[in-house]
Amino acid sequence: MNGAKLRRTLPRLVVNAAVIFAMVIWIVPTLGLFITSFRPASEVTSSGWWTVLSSPLKFTQFTLENYRTVLATGGMSTAFRNSFIITIAGTVVPVFVAALAAFGLSKLHFGGRGFFYGLIVMMLVVPTQMTFIPVLRLYNKLSLSGTFTGLTLVHTGYGLPFAVFMLHSFFDALPDELFEAAYIDGASIWMTFVRLAVPLSVPAIASLVIFQFLFVWNDLLVALIYLGGHESVAPLTMRLSSLVGSYGQSWHLLTAAAFVSMFVPLVVFFSLQKYFVRGILGGAVKG
Amino acid sequence: MKRKAGFWAPLFFVGPAVAFLLVYQVYPALQTAVYSFMDRRSEHFVGLDNYKYVFTSATMVRAFKNNLLWVVFFTAGTVGLGLLLAILVDRVKYESLAKSVIFMPMAVSFVGAGVVWKFMYNYRPPGSEQIGLLNQILVALGFEPVGWLIESPINNFALIVVGLWIWTGYCMVILSAAYKGIPKELLEAGQVDGARDLQLFWHIIVPEMRPALSVVVTTMLVNVLKIFDIIYVMTNGNYGTEVIANRMYKEMFQFANTGRASAIAVVLFLIIIPIMYYNIRTKLKGEER
Repeated sequence: MNGAKLRRTLPRLVVNAAVIFAMVIWIVPTLGLFITSFRPASEVTSSGWWTVLSSPLKFTQFTLENYRTVLATGGMSTAFRNSFIITIAGTVVPVFVAALAAFGLSKLHFGGRGFFYGLIVMMLVVPTQMTFIPVLRLYNKLSLSGTFTGLTLVHTGYGLPFAVFMLHSFFDALPDELFEAAYIDGASIWMTFVRLAVPLSVPAIASLVIFQFLFVWNDLLVALIYLGGHESVAPLTMRLSSLVGSYGQSWHLLTAAAFVSMFVPLVVFFSLQKYFVRGILGGAVKG
Repeated sequence: MKRKAGFWAPLFFVGPAVAFLLVYQVYPALQTAVYSFMDRRSEHFVGLDNYKYVFTSATMVRAFKNNLLWVVFFTAGTVGLGLLLAILVDRVKYESLAKSVIFMPMAVSFVGAGVVWKFMYNYRPPGSEQIGLLNQILVALGFEPVGWLIESPINNFALIVVGLWIWTGYCMVILSAAYKGIPKELLEAGQVDGARDLQLFWHIIVPEMRPALSVVVTTMLVNVLKIFDIIYVMTNGNYGTEVIANRMYKEMFQFANTGRASAIAVVLFLIIIPIMYYNIRTKLKGEER
Protein backbone atom coordinates (compact mmCIF):
# COMPACT_ATOMS: atom_id res chain seq x y z
CA MET A 1 0.00 0.00 0.00
CA ASN A 2 1.23 3.43 -0.87
CA GLY A 3 0.02 4.82 2.40
CA ALA A 4 2.24 2.67 4.60
CA LYS A 5 4.72 5.40 5.29
CA LEU A 6 2.48 8.40 4.89
CA ARG A 7 0.69 7.52 8.10
CA ARG A 8 3.59 9.04 9.93
CA THR A 9 2.49 12.52 8.94
CA LEU A 10 -1.28 12.01 8.69
CA PRO A 11 -2.53 10.24 11.82
CA ARG A 12 -4.53 7.10 11.34
CA LEU A 13 -7.33 8.48 13.50
CA VAL A 14 -7.91 11.45 11.18
CA VAL A 15 -7.93 9.22 8.09
CA ASN A 16 -10.43 6.80 9.64
CA ALA A 17 -12.67 9.58 10.90
CA ALA A 18 -12.75 11.19 7.45
CA VAL A 19 -13.54 7.95 5.63
CA ILE A 20 -16.25 6.96 8.10
CA PHE A 21 -17.77 10.44 7.92
CA ALA A 22 -17.90 10.13 4.12
CA MET A 23 -19.52 6.69 4.38
CA VAL A 24 -22.19 8.06 6.72
CA ILE A 25 -22.98 10.89 4.28
CA TRP A 26 -23.35 8.35 1.49
CA ILE A 27 -25.48 5.89 3.47
CA VAL A 28 -27.83 8.08 5.50
CA PRO A 29 -29.95 9.60 2.68
CA THR A 30 -30.68 6.17 1.18
CA LEU A 31 -31.31 4.68 4.61
CA GLY A 32 -33.85 7.43 5.33
CA LEU A 33 -35.66 6.63 2.11
CA PHE A 34 -35.61 2.91 2.85
CA ILE A 35 -36.98 3.27 6.39
CA THR A 36 -39.66 5.76 5.37
CA SER A 37 -40.97 3.44 2.68
CA PHE A 38 -42.00 0.96 5.41
CA ARG A 39 -43.71 3.48 7.72
CA PRO A 40 -47.46 4.20 7.76
CA ALA A 41 -48.54 7.52 6.23
CA SER A 42 -49.66 9.04 9.54
CA GLU A 43 -46.28 8.47 11.14
CA VAL A 44 -44.28 9.65 8.14
CA THR A 45 -45.98 13.05 8.32
CA SER A 46 -45.86 13.41 12.10
CA SER A 47 -42.29 12.39 12.89
CA GLY A 48 -38.91 12.09 11.18
CA TRP A 49 -37.71 8.65 10.05
CA TRP A 50 -34.77 8.82 12.47
CA THR A 51 -37.16 8.52 15.43
CA VAL A 52 -37.49 4.85 14.43
CA LEU A 53 -33.86 4.31 15.35
CA SER A 54 -34.67 4.55 19.07
CA SER A 55 -36.65 1.29 18.85
CA PRO A 56 -35.61 -0.36 15.58
CA LEU A 57 -36.86 -3.81 16.59
CA LYS A 58 -40.47 -2.79 17.17
CA PHE A 59 -41.71 -4.37 13.95
CA THR A 60 -45.32 -3.30 14.45
CA GLN A 61 -44.34 0.24 13.42
CA PHE A 62 -43.52 -1.00 9.92
CA THR A 63 -45.92 -1.86 7.10
CA LEU A 64 -45.85 -3.14 3.52
CA GLU A 65 -48.97 -1.14 2.69
CA ASN A 66 -47.03 1.57 0.79
CA TYR A 67 -45.53 -0.98 -1.57
CA ARG A 68 -48.93 -2.58 -2.10
CA THR A 69 -50.37 0.84 -2.99
CA VAL A 70 -47.67 1.95 -5.43
CA LEU A 71 -47.59 -1.41 -7.20
CA ALA A 72 -51.37 -1.72 -7.47
CA THR A 73 -52.61 1.81 -8.07
CA GLY A 74 -49.44 3.80 -8.71
CA GLY A 75 -48.71 1.99 -11.97
CA MET A 76 -45.33 0.87 -10.69
CA SER A 77 -45.88 -2.79 -11.60
CA THR A 78 -46.57 -1.99 -15.26
CA ALA A 79 -43.60 0.37 -15.24
CA PHE A 80 -41.46 -2.37 -13.73
CA ARG A 81 -42.38 -4.73 -16.56
CA ASN A 82 -41.75 -1.97 -19.13
CA SER A 83 -38.34 -1.22 -17.66
CA PHE A 84 -37.40 -4.87 -17.99
CA ILE A 85 -38.46 -5.09 -21.63
CA ILE A 86 -36.77 -1.81 -22.55
CA THR A 87 -33.58 -2.59 -20.68
CA ILE A 88 -33.11 -6.14 -21.95
CA ALA A 89 -33.76 -5.18 -25.57
CA GLY A 90 -31.79 -1.95 -25.14
CA THR A 91 -28.81 -3.95 -23.89
CA VAL A 92 -28.80 -7.06 -26.09
CA VAL A 93 -29.21 -5.30 -29.43
CA PRO A 94 -26.54 -2.60 -29.04
CA VAL A 95 -24.00 -4.98 -27.51
CA PHE A 96 -24.53 -7.47 -30.34
CA VAL A 97 -24.27 -4.83 -33.09
CA ALA A 98 -21.23 -3.29 -31.39
CA ALA A 99 -19.49 -6.65 -31.02
CA LEU A 100 -19.93 -7.35 -34.75
CA ALA A 101 -18.58 -3.93 -35.68
CA ALA A 102 -15.69 -3.99 -33.23
CA PHE A 103 -14.67 -7.42 -34.52
CA GLY A 104 -14.89 -6.34 -38.15
CA LEU A 105 -12.93 -3.16 -37.51
CA SER A 106 -10.27 -4.96 -35.52
CA LYS A 107 -9.81 -8.29 -37.29
CA LEU A 108 -10.92 -7.87 -40.91
CA HIS A 109 -8.73 -6.13 -43.44
CA PHE A 110 -10.65 -3.96 -45.84
CA GLY A 111 -10.35 -0.56 -47.43
CA GLY A 112 -11.71 2.30 -45.34
CA ARG A 113 -11.73 0.50 -42.02
CA GLY A 114 -9.68 3.27 -40.45
CA PHE A 115 -12.22 5.74 -41.76
CA PHE A 116 -15.17 3.83 -40.32
CA TYR A 117 -13.51 3.40 -36.94
CA GLY A 118 -12.72 7.13 -36.92
CA LEU A 119 -16.32 7.91 -37.81
CA ILE A 120 -17.65 5.81 -34.94
CA VAL A 121 -15.24 7.27 -32.38
CA MET A 122 -16.03 10.75 -33.66
CA MET A 123 -19.68 10.20 -32.79
CA LEU A 124 -18.65 10.14 -29.11
CA VAL A 125 -18.52 13.94 -29.22
CA VAL A 126 -22.12 14.35 -30.39
CA PRO A 127 -24.43 15.02 -27.43
CA THR A 128 -27.72 13.15 -27.79
CA GLN A 129 -29.45 16.53 -27.65
CA MET A 130 -28.19 17.17 -31.18
CA THR A 131 -30.30 14.27 -32.47
CA PHE A 132 -33.62 14.47 -30.61
CA ILE A 133 -35.68 16.61 -32.95
CA PRO A 134 -34.93 14.99 -36.34
CA VAL A 135 -35.14 11.45 -34.94
CA LEU A 136 -38.41 12.24 -33.18
CA ARG A 137 -39.86 13.65 -36.42
CA LEU A 138 -38.74 10.55 -38.27
CA TYR A 139 -40.35 8.42 -35.56
CA ASN A 140 -43.61 10.29 -35.75
CA LYS A 141 -43.73 9.68 -39.49
CA LEU A 142 -42.96 5.97 -39.07
CA SER A 143 -45.23 5.58 -35.99
CA LEU A 144 -42.22 4.46 -33.96
CA SER A 145 -42.59 6.97 -31.11
CA GLY A 146 -44.17 5.44 -28.05
CA THR A 147 -43.05 1.92 -29.00
CA PHE A 148 -40.52 -0.46 -27.44
CA THR A 149 -39.05 -1.13 -30.89
CA GLY A 150 -38.40 2.55 -31.45
CA LEU A 151 -36.78 2.99 -28.06
CA THR A 152 -34.59 -0.12 -28.51
CA LEU A 153 -33.31 1.20 -31.82
CA VAL A 154 -32.61 4.60 -30.28
CA HIS A 155 -30.65 3.07 -27.40
CA THR A 156 -28.69 1.07 -29.97
CA GLY A 157 -27.86 4.18 -31.99
CA TYR A 158 -26.84 6.13 -28.89
CA GLY A 159 -24.95 3.36 -27.11
CA LEU A 160 -22.94 2.17 -30.11
CA PRO A 161 -20.01 4.63 -30.21
CA PHE A 162 -18.95 3.88 -26.64
CA ALA A 163 -19.60 0.15 -26.97
CA VAL A 164 -17.57 -0.16 -30.20
CA PHE A 165 -14.78 1.96 -28.73
CA MET A 166 -14.56 -0.28 -25.68
CA LEU A 167 -14.81 -3.66 -27.44
CA HIS A 168 -12.48 -2.59 -30.24
CA SER A 169 -9.62 -1.97 -27.84
CA PHE A 170 -10.26 -5.41 -26.34
CA PHE A 171 -10.36 -7.27 -29.68
CA ASP A 172 -7.22 -5.44 -30.76
CA ALA A 173 -5.37 -7.03 -27.87
CA LEU A 174 -6.19 -10.54 -29.13
CA PRO A 175 -3.28 -11.84 -31.25
CA ASP A 176 -3.94 -11.94 -35.02
CA GLU A 177 -2.04 -15.24 -35.32
CA LEU A 178 -4.82 -16.97 -33.39
CA PHE A 179 -7.36 -16.06 -36.06
CA GLU A 180 -4.95 -16.79 -38.88
CA ALA A 181 -4.46 -20.29 -37.51
CA ALA A 182 -8.22 -20.83 -37.33
CA TYR A 183 -8.57 -19.84 -41.00
CA ILE A 184 -5.89 -22.24 -42.04
CA ASP A 185 -7.86 -24.94 -40.24
CA GLY A 186 -10.81 -23.99 -42.41
CA ALA A 187 -12.92 -21.92 -40.02
CA SER A 188 -15.15 -19.24 -41.52
CA ILE A 189 -14.98 -15.62 -40.39
CA TRP A 190 -18.29 -16.07 -38.58
CA MET A 191 -16.91 -19.12 -36.75
CA THR A 192 -13.83 -17.24 -35.58
CA PHE A 193 -16.13 -14.53 -34.26
CA VAL A 194 -18.49 -16.88 -32.42
CA ARG A 195 -15.97 -19.51 -31.28
CA LEU A 196 -12.87 -17.38 -30.69
CA ALA A 197 -13.43 -13.65 -30.36
CA VAL A 198 -16.60 -13.74 -28.24
CA PRO A 199 -15.55 -16.44 -25.75
CA LEU A 200 -12.15 -14.76 -25.29
CA SER A 201 -13.72 -11.42 -24.52
CA VAL A 202 -16.37 -12.53 -22.05
CA PRO A 203 -14.99 -10.21 -19.31
CA ALA A 204 -15.12 -7.17 -21.61
CA ILE A 205 -18.58 -8.08 -22.92
CA ALA A 206 -19.85 -8.69 -19.37
CA SER A 207 -18.62 -5.25 -18.31
CA LEU A 208 -20.25 -3.64 -21.29
CA VAL A 209 -23.54 -5.49 -20.70
CA ILE A 210 -23.73 -4.35 -17.07
CA PHE A 211 -22.79 -0.84 -18.05
CA GLN A 212 -25.42 -0.62 -20.75
CA PHE A 213 -28.00 -2.39 -18.56
CA LEU A 214 -27.65 0.17 -15.77
CA PHE A 215 -27.51 3.01 -18.25
CA VAL A 216 -30.76 2.06 -19.96
CA TRP A 217 -32.52 1.07 -16.73
CA ASN A 218 -31.69 4.47 -15.23
CA ASP A 219 -32.33 6.55 -18.32
CA LEU A 220 -35.01 9.21 -18.07
CA LEU A 221 -34.34 11.72 -20.85
CA VAL A 222 -34.36 9.38 -23.85
CA ALA A 223 -37.56 7.73 -22.60
CA LEU A 224 -39.18 11.14 -22.05
CA ILE A 225 -38.34 12.24 -25.57
CA TYR A 226 -39.39 9.14 -27.49
CA LEU A 227 -42.15 7.70 -25.30
CA GLY A 228 -43.70 11.10 -24.64
CA GLY A 229 -47.16 10.89 -23.17
CA HIS A 230 -47.55 7.13 -23.66
CA GLU A 231 -47.92 6.12 -20.00
CA SER A 232 -48.63 2.47 -20.85
CA VAL A 233 -45.05 1.97 -22.08
CA ALA A 234 -43.34 4.27 -19.54
CA PRO A 235 -40.36 2.78 -17.65
CA LEU A 236 -39.85 3.18 -13.88
CA THR A 237 -37.82 6.39 -14.12
CA MET A 238 -40.56 8.11 -16.10
CA ARG A 239 -43.32 6.81 -13.86
CA LEU A 240 -41.44 7.81 -10.73
CA SER A 241 -40.78 11.32 -11.98
CA SER A 242 -44.46 11.83 -12.75
CA LEU A 243 -45.36 10.47 -9.28
CA VAL A 244 -43.11 13.17 -7.80
CA GLY A 245 -45.62 15.59 -9.27
CA SER A 246 -48.83 13.75 -8.46
CA TYR A 247 -47.96 12.35 -5.00
CA GLY A 248 -46.40 15.65 -3.93
CA GLN A 249 -45.98 15.38 -0.18
CA SER A 250 -47.14 11.75 0.16
CA TRP A 251 -43.67 10.68 1.15
CA HIS A 252 -44.68 7.20 2.32
CA LEU A 253 -45.68 6.41 -1.29
CA LEU A 254 -42.90 8.31 -3.05
CA THR A 255 -40.20 6.59 -1.02
CA ALA A 256 -41.69 3.16 -1.71
CA ALA A 257 -41.94 3.94 -5.44
CA ALA A 258 -38.35 5.19 -5.48
CA PHE A 259 -37.16 2.04 -3.80
CA VAL A 260 -38.99 -0.14 -6.31
CA SER A 261 -37.08 1.64 -9.08
CA MET A 262 -33.75 1.28 -7.25
CA PHE A 263 -34.08 -2.38 -6.31
CA VAL A 264 -32.89 -4.02 -9.54
CA PRO A 265 -29.88 -1.76 -10.17
CA LEU A 266 -28.78 -2.17 -6.54
CA VAL A 267 -28.91 -5.98 -6.83
CA VAL A 268 -27.01 -5.85 -10.12
CA PHE A 269 -24.49 -3.44 -8.68
CA PHE A 270 -23.70 -5.33 -5.50
CA SER A 271 -23.57 -8.76 -7.15
CA LEU A 272 -21.58 -7.74 -10.24
CA GLN A 273 -19.64 -4.74 -8.96
CA LYS A 274 -16.30 -6.12 -10.15
CA TYR A 275 -17.43 -6.15 -13.79
CA PHE A 276 -19.05 -2.76 -13.48
CA VAL A 277 -15.87 -1.20 -12.12
CA ARG A 278 -13.82 -2.91 -14.80
CA GLY A 279 -16.14 -1.50 -17.44
CA ILE A 280 -15.77 1.99 -16.08
CA LEU A 281 -12.01 1.69 -15.94
CA GLY A 282 -11.92 0.19 -19.44
CA GLY A 283 -13.93 3.11 -20.75
CA ALA A 284 -11.89 5.73 -18.93
CA VAL A 285 -8.24 4.79 -18.76
CA LYS A 286 -6.50 1.52 -19.17
CA GLY A 287 -6.54 0.20 -15.61
CA MET B 1 -4.92 -12.22 -41.20
CA LYS B 2 -3.05 -10.24 -43.78
CA ARG B 3 -5.24 -11.07 -46.79
CA LYS B 4 -8.15 -8.86 -47.80
CA ALA B 5 -11.51 -9.72 -46.28
CA GLY B 6 -13.44 -9.06 -49.47
CA PHE B 7 -16.69 -7.12 -49.62
CA TRP B 8 -19.43 -9.13 -47.93
CA ALA B 9 -17.79 -9.93 -44.62
CA PRO B 10 -17.01 -6.29 -43.70
CA LEU B 11 -20.50 -5.31 -44.84
CA PHE B 12 -22.05 -7.94 -42.59
CA PHE B 13 -19.95 -7.08 -39.53
CA VAL B 14 -19.54 -3.31 -39.77
CA GLY B 15 -22.55 -2.41 -41.93
CA PRO B 16 -25.24 -2.51 -39.23
CA ALA B 17 -23.28 -0.24 -36.87
CA VAL B 18 -22.56 2.26 -39.61
CA ALA B 19 -26.22 2.25 -40.67
CA PHE B 20 -27.29 2.91 -37.07
CA LEU B 21 -24.83 5.77 -36.76
CA LEU B 22 -25.94 7.37 -40.00
CA VAL B 23 -29.59 7.28 -38.96
CA TYR B 24 -29.20 8.13 -35.27
CA GLN B 25 -26.16 10.41 -35.20
CA VAL B 26 -24.87 11.79 -38.49
CA TYR B 27 -28.12 12.63 -40.24
CA PRO B 28 -29.95 14.08 -37.20
CA ALA B 29 -26.93 16.15 -36.10
CA LEU B 30 -26.71 17.77 -39.54
CA GLN B 31 -30.48 18.24 -39.68
CA THR B 32 -30.50 19.89 -36.23
CA ALA B 33 -27.84 22.32 -37.40
CA VAL B 34 -30.11 23.29 -40.30
CA TYR B 35 -33.19 23.56 -38.08
CA SER B 36 -31.33 25.96 -35.81
CA PHE B 37 -31.52 28.59 -38.57
CA MET B 38 -35.24 28.04 -39.16
CA ASP B 39 -38.46 29.11 -37.43
CA ARG B 40 -40.39 27.18 -34.78
CA ARG B 41 -41.93 24.81 -37.31
CA SER B 42 -38.85 24.54 -39.53
CA GLU B 43 -40.68 26.18 -42.44
CA HIS B 44 -38.72 29.36 -43.12
CA PHE B 45 -35.15 30.45 -42.59
CA VAL B 46 -34.80 33.12 -39.96
CA GLY B 47 -31.06 33.74 -40.07
CA LEU B 48 -29.46 34.07 -36.67
CA ASP B 49 -32.66 34.87 -34.74
CA ASN B 50 -32.57 31.67 -32.69
CA TYR B 51 -28.94 32.21 -31.73
CA LYS B 52 -29.73 35.78 -30.78
CA TYR B 53 -32.38 34.38 -28.46
CA VAL B 54 -30.00 31.80 -27.04
CA PHE B 55 -27.34 34.36 -26.15
CA THR B 56 -29.41 37.38 -25.15
CA SER B 57 -32.78 36.39 -23.66
CA ALA B 58 -33.03 36.68 -19.89
CA THR B 59 -34.12 33.03 -19.46
CA MET B 60 -31.20 31.68 -21.46
CA VAL B 61 -28.66 33.94 -19.78
CA ARG B 62 -30.00 32.68 -16.47
CA ALA B 63 -29.60 29.08 -17.63
CA PHE B 64 -26.03 29.74 -18.77
CA LYS B 65 -25.17 31.35 -15.44
CA ASN B 66 -26.61 28.42 -13.51
CA ASN B 67 -24.79 25.96 -15.72
CA LEU B 68 -21.56 27.86 -15.15
CA LEU B 69 -22.13 27.54 -11.41
CA TRP B 70 -22.58 23.80 -11.97
CA VAL B 71 -19.46 23.60 -14.14
CA VAL B 72 -17.29 25.21 -11.48
CA PHE B 73 -18.62 23.61 -8.30
CA PHE B 74 -19.67 20.24 -9.65
CA THR B 75 -16.43 19.59 -11.52
CA ALA B 76 -14.16 20.87 -8.75
CA GLY B 77 -16.25 19.03 -6.16
CA THR B 78 -16.48 15.62 -7.81
CA VAL B 79 -12.83 15.54 -8.90
CA GLY B 80 -11.46 17.11 -5.70
CA LEU B 81 -13.50 14.90 -3.38
CA GLY B 82 -12.92 11.87 -5.58
CA LEU B 83 -9.15 12.38 -5.43
CA LEU B 84 -9.17 13.01 -1.69
CA LEU B 85 -11.27 9.89 -1.06
CA ALA B 86 -9.13 7.80 -3.42
CA ILE B 87 -6.07 8.65 -1.34
CA LEU B 88 -7.84 8.28 2.00
CA VAL B 89 -9.53 4.90 1.36
CA ASP B 90 -6.17 3.50 0.30
CA ARG B 91 -5.08 3.80 3.92
CA VAL B 92 -7.96 2.05 5.69
CA LYS B 93 -8.53 -1.68 6.12
CA TYR B 94 -12.17 -1.59 4.95
CA GLU B 95 -11.23 0.01 1.61
CA SER B 96 -13.51 -2.06 -0.63
CA LEU B 97 -16.52 -1.55 1.65
CA ALA B 98 -15.95 2.21 1.76
CA LYS B 99 -15.60 2.32 -2.02
CA SER B 100 -18.79 0.29 -2.56
CA VAL B 101 -20.77 2.62 -0.33
CA ILE B 102 -19.56 5.81 -1.99
CA PHE B 103 -19.84 4.34 -5.48
CA MET B 104 -23.37 2.99 -4.88
CA PRO B 105 -25.36 6.05 -6.12
CA MET B 106 -23.87 5.48 -9.59
CA ALA B 107 -26.02 2.35 -9.81
CA VAL B 108 -29.36 4.01 -9.09
CA SER B 109 -31.11 6.43 -11.42
CA PHE B 110 -30.78 10.17 -11.06
CA VAL B 111 -34.53 10.18 -10.64
CA GLY B 112 -34.20 7.84 -7.65
CA ALA B 113 -31.37 9.92 -6.22
CA GLY B 114 -33.50 13.02 -6.80
CA VAL B 115 -36.31 11.57 -4.68
CA VAL B 116 -33.81 10.52 -1.99
CA TRP B 117 -32.53 14.09 -1.71
CA LYS B 118 -35.85 15.81 -2.14
CA PHE B 119 -36.80 14.00 1.03
CA MET B 120 -33.55 15.04 2.74
CA TYR B 121 -34.28 18.67 1.82
CA ASN B 122 -37.93 18.53 2.92
CA TYR B 123 -39.02 21.84 4.42
CA ARG B 124 -41.80 22.66 6.83
CA PRO B 125 -42.49 26.09 8.33
CA PRO B 126 -40.75 26.91 11.64
CA GLY B 127 -42.57 25.48 14.63
CA SER B 128 -43.90 22.33 12.95
CA GLU B 129 -42.21 18.96 13.17
CA GLN B 130 -39.48 18.63 10.50
CA ILE B 131 -39.36 15.36 8.54
CA GLY B 132 -36.39 16.32 6.35
CA LEU B 133 -33.12 15.40 8.04
CA LEU B 134 -31.21 18.55 7.12
CA ASN B 135 -33.82 20.90 8.52
CA GLN B 136 -34.16 18.73 11.62
CA ILE B 137 -30.42 19.16 12.21
CA LEU B 138 -30.70 22.93 11.74
CA VAL B 139 -33.66 23.15 14.13
CA ALA B 140 -31.90 20.98 16.71
CA LEU B 141 -28.94 23.37 16.57
CA GLY B 142 -31.28 26.31 17.16
CA PHE B 143 -31.54 27.68 13.61
CA GLU B 144 -34.59 28.32 11.44
CA PRO B 145 -35.41 25.64 8.83
CA VAL B 146 -34.35 26.48 5.25
CA GLY B 147 -36.36 26.02 2.04
CA TRP B 148 -33.41 24.33 0.35
CA LEU B 149 -35.03 23.87 -3.04
CA ILE B 150 -36.99 27.13 -3.11
CA GLU B 151 -34.61 29.85 -1.94
CA SER B 152 -32.27 31.18 -4.59
CA PRO B 153 -29.28 30.90 -4.88
CA ILE B 154 -29.09 28.24 -2.16
CA ASN B 155 -31.23 25.88 -4.25
CA ASN B 156 -28.64 25.72 -7.02
CA PHE B 157 -26.04 24.59 -4.52
CA ALA B 158 -28.50 22.13 -2.98
CA LEU B 159 -28.92 20.57 -6.44
CA ILE B 160 -25.18 20.55 -7.07
CA VAL B 161 -24.73 18.61 -3.79
CA VAL B 162 -27.00 15.90 -5.21
CA GLY B 163 -24.78 15.79 -8.30
CA LEU B 164 -21.70 15.45 -6.10
CA TRP B 165 -23.32 12.65 -4.14
CA ILE B 166 -23.97 10.74 -7.37
CA TRP B 167 -20.71 11.28 -9.26
CA THR B 168 -17.94 11.52 -6.64
CA GLY B 169 -17.79 7.72 -6.40
CA TYR B 170 -17.16 7.44 -10.14
CA CYS B 171 -14.21 9.84 -9.92
CA MET B 172 -12.93 8.06 -6.82
CA VAL B 173 -12.92 4.63 -8.51
CA ILE B 174 -10.96 5.83 -11.55
CA LEU B 175 -8.55 7.98 -9.55
CA SER B 176 -8.02 5.20 -7.02
CA ALA B 177 -6.90 2.84 -9.80
CA ALA B 178 -4.50 5.49 -11.08
CA TYR B 179 -3.20 6.22 -7.58
CA LYS B 180 -2.38 2.58 -7.01
CA GLY B 181 -0.50 2.65 -10.30
CA ILE B 182 2.03 5.21 -9.05
CA PRO B 183 5.37 3.39 -8.57
CA LYS B 184 5.93 2.88 -4.86
CA GLU B 185 9.61 3.78 -5.14
CA LEU B 186 8.67 7.22 -6.39
CA LEU B 187 6.63 7.98 -3.28
CA GLU B 188 9.26 6.51 -0.99
CA ALA B 189 12.02 8.47 -2.69
CA GLY B 190 9.99 11.61 -2.14
CA GLN B 191 9.66 10.81 1.52
CA VAL B 192 13.34 10.07 1.92
CA ASP B 193 14.02 13.49 0.45
CA GLY B 194 11.93 14.84 3.30
CA ALA B 195 8.89 15.89 1.29
CA ARG B 196 5.82 16.40 3.44
CA ASP B 197 2.37 15.12 2.52
CA LEU B 198 1.33 18.28 0.70
CA GLN B 199 4.55 18.50 -1.29
CA LEU B 200 4.30 14.82 -2.12
CA PHE B 201 0.75 15.47 -3.27
CA TRP B 202 1.50 18.37 -5.60
CA HIS B 203 4.91 17.29 -6.88
CA ILE B 204 4.53 13.53 -7.25
CA ILE B 205 0.93 12.31 -6.89
CA VAL B 206 -0.80 14.90 -9.09
CA PRO B 207 1.73 14.86 -11.97
CA GLU B 208 1.80 11.04 -11.97
CA MET B 209 -1.99 10.89 -12.13
CA ARG B 210 -2.34 13.47 -14.88
CA PRO B 211 -3.82 11.26 -17.62
CA ALA B 212 -6.47 9.86 -15.25
CA LEU B 213 -7.19 13.32 -13.87
CA SER B 214 -7.70 14.84 -17.30
CA VAL B 215 -10.05 12.03 -18.34
CA VAL B 216 -12.06 12.45 -15.14
CA VAL B 217 -12.19 16.26 -15.42
CA THR B 218 -13.30 16.19 -19.05
CA THR B 219 -15.87 13.46 -18.39
CA MET B 220 -17.33 15.49 -15.54
CA LEU B 221 -17.38 18.65 -17.68
CA VAL B 222 -19.36 16.90 -20.39
CA ASN B 223 -21.72 15.42 -17.79
CA VAL B 224 -22.36 18.73 -16.14
CA LEU B 225 -23.03 20.50 -19.43
CA LYS B 226 -25.69 17.90 -20.22
CA ILE B 227 -27.09 17.70 -16.69
CA PHE B 228 -30.85 17.29 -16.84
CA ASP B 229 -32.50 14.61 -14.69
CA ILE B 230 -31.66 16.01 -11.26
CA ILE B 231 -33.16 19.40 -12.05
CA TYR B 232 -36.11 17.96 -13.95
CA VAL B 233 -37.12 15.83 -10.96
CA MET B 234 -36.30 18.13 -8.06
CA THR B 235 -37.36 21.62 -9.18
CA ASN B 236 -38.22 21.29 -12.88
CA GLY B 237 -36.14 24.42 -13.38
CA ASN B 238 -38.39 26.55 -11.15
CA TYR B 239 -37.15 29.09 -8.59
CA GLY B 240 -34.24 30.09 -10.83
CA THR B 241 -32.57 26.68 -11.17
CA GLU B 242 -32.84 26.09 -14.91
CA VAL B 243 -29.81 24.85 -16.91
CA ILE B 244 -29.13 24.50 -20.65
CA ALA B 245 -30.39 20.94 -21.16
CA ASN B 246 -33.65 21.63 -19.27
CA ARG B 247 -34.14 24.78 -21.30
CA MET B 248 -33.85 22.78 -24.50
CA TYR B 249 -36.39 20.21 -23.30
CA LYS B 250 -38.86 23.00 -22.49
CA GLU B 251 -38.37 24.75 -25.82
CA MET B 252 -38.96 21.42 -27.52
CA PHE B 253 -42.08 20.21 -25.72
CA GLN B 254 -43.58 23.05 -23.71
CA PHE B 255 -43.14 25.78 -26.32
CA ALA B 256 -42.87 23.56 -29.43
CA ASN B 257 -40.15 25.82 -30.80
CA THR B 258 -37.91 23.60 -32.92
CA GLY B 259 -35.70 26.47 -34.04
CA ARG B 260 -34.75 27.59 -30.56
CA ALA B 261 -34.39 24.05 -29.21
CA SER B 262 -32.07 23.21 -32.12
CA ALA B 263 -29.98 26.34 -31.58
CA ILE B 264 -29.54 25.38 -27.90
CA ALA B 265 -28.44 21.89 -28.96
CA VAL B 266 -25.92 23.31 -31.43
CA VAL B 267 -24.44 25.65 -28.82
CA LEU B 268 -24.17 22.73 -26.38
CA PHE B 269 -22.47 20.68 -29.09
CA LEU B 270 -19.95 23.42 -29.86
CA ILE B 271 -19.06 23.77 -26.17
CA ILE B 272 -18.64 20.01 -25.80
CA ILE B 273 -16.51 19.35 -28.93
CA PRO B 274 -13.14 20.61 -27.62
CA ILE B 275 -13.66 18.91 -24.26
CA MET B 276 -14.53 15.55 -25.81
CA TYR B 277 -11.69 15.90 -28.31
CA TYR B 278 -9.24 16.26 -25.46
CA ASN B 279 -10.91 13.42 -23.55
CA ILE B 280 -10.72 10.94 -26.45
CA ARG B 281 -7.18 11.95 -27.33
CA THR B 282 -6.06 11.24 -23.77
CA LYS B 283 -7.81 7.86 -23.82
CA LEU B 284 -6.26 6.84 -27.14
CA LYS B 285 -2.82 7.88 -25.91
CA GLY B 286 -3.39 5.74 -22.82
CA GLU B 287 -4.15 2.80 -25.07
CA GLU B 288 -0.93 3.13 -27.03
CA ARG B 289 1.23 2.92 -23.94
